Amino acid sequence: MTGPVLVVDDLRVSIGAQPVVDGVSFHVDQGEILSVVGESGCGKSMTAFSVMGLLPKVARVDGGRVLFGGENLLTVPEANRRQLRGNDLAMIFQEPVASLNPLMKIGRQIEESLVVHRGLDGKAAHRAAIAMLEEVGIPEPEIRSGQYPFELSGGMCQRAMIAMALICKPKLLIADEPTTALDVTIQAQILDLMKRLRDETGTAILLITHDMGVVADMADRVAVMYAGRVIEEAPVDTIFARQEHPYTRLLLSTIPRLDGQPKALLPTIEGLVPDIGQWPVGCRFSPRCPLADQHCLDEIPPLAPRRDEGSAACWHSERVGEML
Amino acid sequence: MTEPLLSLSGLKVHFPIRGGLLGRPTGFVKAVDGIDLDIAHGESVALVGESGCGKSTLGAAILGMTKPSAGSILFEGKPIVHGETASRRALSREVQIVFQDPVSALNPKMSIGESIGEPLAIHGVGNAAERAERVAELLALVGLHPQHAERKPNAFSGGQRQRIVIARALALNPKLLILDEPVSALDVSIRSQILNLLLDLQRRFGLSYLFISHDLSVVRHFADRVAVMYLGHLIETGRTDDVFARPVHPYTEALLSAVPLPDPVAQRKRQRIVLKGDLPSPANPPKGCKFVTRCPLAVDICHVTHPPLVSTGPGREAACHVRAGL
Repeated sequence: MTGPVLVVDDLRVSIGAQPVVDGVSFHVDQGEILSVVGESGCGKSMTAFSVMGLLPKVARVDGGRVLFGGENLLTVPEANRRQLRGNDLAMIFQEPVASLNPLMKIGRQIEESLVVHRGLDGKAAHRAAIAMLEEVGIPEPEIRSGQYPFELSGGMCQRAMIAMALICKPKLLIADEPTTALDVTIQAQILDLMKRLRDETGTAILLITHDMGVVADMADRVAVMYAGRVIEEAPVDTIFARQEHPYTRLLLSTIPRLDGQPKALLPTIEGLVPDIGQWPVGCRFSPRCPLADQHCLDEIPPLAPRRDEGSAACWHSERVGEML
Repeated sequence: MTEPLLSLSGLKVHFPIRGGLLGRPTGFVKAVDGIDLDIAHGESVALVGESGCGKSTLGAAILGMTKPSAGSILFEGKPIVHGETASRRALSREVQIVFQDPVSALNPKMSIGESIGEPLAIHGVGNAAERAERVAELLALVGLHPQHAERKPNAFSGGQRQRIVIARALALNPKLLILDEPVSALDVSIRSQILNLLLDLQRRFGLSYLFISHDLSVVRHFADRVAVMYLGHLIETGRTDDVFARPVHPYTEALLSAVPLPDPVAQRKRQRIVLKGDLPSPANPPKGCKFVTRCPLAVDICHVTHPPLVSTGPGREAACHVRAGL
């Protein structure tokens, strides 16, 4: 029953001649929430778009495999992909209002995939859409289904988008910063909804975020990305308790904690995230890393097993615990 | 107690909704609807609330950019008179703002030195050479190279641009900075640098901060006192650690519980209070308590009467019929 729903293997994507995703590998099991964490430009959204087959025209896949349901999505014809999208494979985006069709009633947008993928007639699809709207907690679903996106609040639009994504009971849901544009009390509603749907339908979720609070709340497993590569990956409790990559350790330590000393100076990460095309030759994090030595500048460390569970890409992983 | 630096009393900002043929007001958006709040010298007060609660309008009113409909704003005991250029100009020496998005806050065609020096030029401070010296000093203060004053904003990263915006805000030696989500638009690894800079500047110059934010772990770290706002009203105030440990108002409680902690073990033990529904429209707020439509504790009186902010302990106030009852 269990087993990976999605396997991404050595994925490489470039824009122009510049690599933006540089050998990314991970998997998501059935019913699992894998959180991909990283800062802007780390390649997390491009990875998601590659899986969905929604890469912008300027981007090119240079190599690797994306295995979903036994097929390599990078090589299947576009028609087959279209058959998967919105059916077994669904995605929700950061800006719910911008991601809905402004000229189409909410209900119709949700019904569309049922008509296209499941061949339902209009009436049956409409009934299913109303039931789904109710399921995601939209009050008065009959009335709402007849309204346009501009008539709904941001939280309501995000729920409608989740309804649209889940109407065909996908095997994998990709959620790209699904609550970043929402207020915290609405975020709480949406996170609860996603968890409940995972529990009820066994949908695997690839959750892309930069918010460590959301990660701690939602994820079963975490993959940290930096400058186009996965640099550490482990179960959520394990990675929050102990880090074997300096970037993960520093990133977690720079966040103010609710039980920390108020007004104390926070640890910082020196320098900046390197721009795409300006990545160092060796370890991408080496210019900002307190542990870096010549080896790090010369050679990219491979993702190797951590001492407990998961893996990390650092030549000095055994010394990370002594940092700070 | 000494006189507060800033004192708001009964402050209201209402925007008319115009409609019909003659464009007469058909109603009002009560963005800020009767706020009392003091900020002491050297104090950081965090204003917390969700979008549409009126926190940014409140900031604009303090800056003199929006005219209050009622109430008063006293700065060092002197009333701020809105609409008068002289008064607005005098105020701008004392109160400055740092916005969320440093990219749109800087003129892309001006060198950063010109941007930082502009407030000095407008206020006729010093001659060109003295101003250039001050710009260099400000750049060093925020951790940038004074030699980079000639560069345009696009030569800098987001975090560096926020440093430039902070340098410009400090040019006239203000006493109060309004920080409107100063780190929300920055990458996570850059945020702690800017927070440290702001804490350091406060220590060195005794600055007061009005810190507008929705990130409660940053608020907890940064602010002495916190004021929670909901639909134009303050619904709870108090010392930050005290409010976080023992929230009185059910909205504060829900807000605190809704923010996931960056700690999976602690987060799993927490009971999240999930509020039903959305924030009501400020153009059509509920009668009685503004929170009544989402409140798990609401009783009859909450639908009828708006609860006043009353003392619930030393330095604490809350507006709730049930928890801070009459």
